[in-house]
Amino acid sequence: MELTGTLLTGYGFWNPVILILAGLVTGLVAYLLWKRGVSTYRKGSEQEKPYISGNPEPEKNAVHIRGGNVYWGFTEGLKGFYSRVIPAHSGDLNDYMLWYFGVMIAICAVVVIFQ
Amino acid sequence: MSMYAPLLVAIPLLAAFAIPLIGLVSSKLRNTWAIAAMLATVVSALLVVYEVLTVGTIVYALGALDSALTIPFDSGGVPIRIIFVIDAMSAFMILTAAIMMFAVTLYSISSESKQTGQDGYYALLFLMMAGIFGMVSTGDLFNFFVFLEINSLAGAALAAYRINRGYSVEGGLKYGFISAIAGMLFLFAVGMLYGQYNSLNIAYIASVIEFTGLSLVAVVLMITSLAMKSGAVPMHFWTPDTYSSAPSSITAILIVSSMACLYAIFRIAFSLFGLTMNVVTVGWVIIILGILSMFIGVAMALPQKDVKRLMAYHSVSQIGYMLTGLGVGVAVLGDGHLMAEFGFVAMEGGIFHIINYALYKGLLFLIAGAVIYRCGTKNLNELGGLGHSMKWTMAFFIIGSLAIAGIPPFNGFASKILIYESVFIFNPFISVIAMVVSIMTLASFVKVFHSMFMGPKLPQFADVKEVPLPMLLGMGLLAVLIILFGIFPDLVVKTIVEPAALAFIDQSGYIGSVMGGV
Repeated sequence: MELTGTLLTGYGFWNPVILILAGLVTGLVAYLLWKRGVSTYRKGSEQEKPYISGNPEPEKNAVHIRGGNVYWGFTEGLKGFYSRVIPAHSGDLNDYMLWYFGVMIAICAVVVIFQ
Repeated sequence: MSMYAPLLVAIPLLAAFAIPLIGLVSSKLRNTWAIAAMLATVVSALLVVYEVLTVGTIVYALGALDSALTIPFDSGGVPIRIIFVIDAMSAFMILTAAIMMFAVTLYSISSESKQTGQDGYYALLFLMMAGIFGMVSTGDLFNFFVFLEINSLAGAALAAYRINRGYSVEGGLKYGFISAIAGMLFLFAVGMLYGQYNSLNIAYIASVIEFTGLSLVAVVLMITSLAMKSGAVPMHFWTPDTYSSAPSSITAILIVSSMACLYAIFRIAFSLFGLTMNVVTVGWVIIILGILSMFIGVAMALPQKDVKRLMAYHSVSQIGYMLTGLGVGVAVLGDGHLMAEFGFVAMEGGIFHIINYALYKGLLFLIAGAVIYRCGTKNLNELGGLGHSMKWTMAFFIIGSLAIAGIPPFNGFASKILIYESVFIFNPFISVIAMVVSIMTLASFVKVFHSMFMGPKLPQFADVKEVPLPMLLGMGLLAVLIILFGIFPDLVVKTIVEPAALAFIDQSGYIGSVMGGV
């Protein structure tokens, strides 16, 4: 019998309902294990304050890692790629048109050659 | 025969022209009129879709005594009127557009409430709707061009709707210029076909077409023009400029507009030219555009600091998936065995991705708009800690970003797995690139999530609160559909995607639906 939600991909199948049920069962088991633990959390106590080796807590603005810092290493590693691709996005309509006509001619040539 | 088909264009047109007049009376009445007209459009769209899925292709000749009479007795066997041909693929696009437009209209009631010039905004929004519905419904090349122009001009004006220190005007101007050039060359290609076959009707031309030199140039002009309007690399440069400067609700509609152009590429490839062209070459051209779009789009998204610009590059990347899936379908169109083995599933994946992409990308742009609405900035370096105060928006963002990254059980995964597995048989290398791009997409949205919602509550956003209810309803509708499409993908595929893919490959059926009425 075909299960509800089974999507046949031609190569295999995908059933999100099974995944969700498995997730619920796993979550329930995790919750039960967690419940068996010893709670040491005290609401409103010192535990809730950030501990930075005894130093005073910096301002909120100073501790948030800004979006521009994320994946800095990735873009630095691919500097050679980005140094070519980013300038192509010049914001100049003349450049955009050149790309468009260039691609059109290239596709026309390909379609003629491999007709 | 359906009476609802012309209403898809007539209602938005009537609404558009009436809005400036009603706006003179009161803004509340204008908003009520906009919602009522939108509901009427959605109802007629749903009726059309239902009829197509239950009865079959709708053919409607405007102005004919019998709307099914596509070829007048004295026309020499050539269909001449404005003819709507709505098969399952057109119905699929109508459904996609109707859902998105309803969500956007709802969202706009609040998001644009503080803006001036709302009469023009809603009038142009409805004109854009008329253009999109016309593009996906018409069976005539010249009418397609007219609807494309209506859609493009309204889109350009809407992109420039907010002054925003000149950025929006620049974005709108670029969109308008690019659209005008693309439209002009499309019209040039239509002229080439008209000169050869004495008709503008897609079905008629398809029935008599021979692959001459002029036809070859026409197919290239049409595909490149529409690929540029869809935002395929390397003709995508306008998308980040326009998408980032347009109001977010309009960006969500521009997404639907680009989907309509994508639809047209494949309507032309499958229904107009079909096997008369070298499908392997054209298929591979589309696939290569798809691969480039996938990779360049996501690679350019990663270092962006402007959230809307980042999302615009992701739009380019997602277009690549659809081009690849459907491109594989074109490439194997001439081989029944390969089509049955993997080509049809690849097409299903590409088509399913159209509606999934419209839902989650529309949602993500609306979320970006919600953040801008409350915080007044789209710079990721300035945002942070919004998860404390905009919990619903954050929840919707999680749903949208997991969907675009192809994480199960959301809808993006369902369509991507169809593409991955079928394209893998065609060429494993392409499938691997598609998977790597999904990982990079996830990485990119982790960055956005961290930058916007994580971290301590920032002092400058201490007073920020959740967006108004209509905006939440607009976003919530899309989020719910993303979840439902993800949990029941088989239902969506069997009901609307599979018939759409079948309609695309059944060229003789398309021709017969129009020419059979002689």
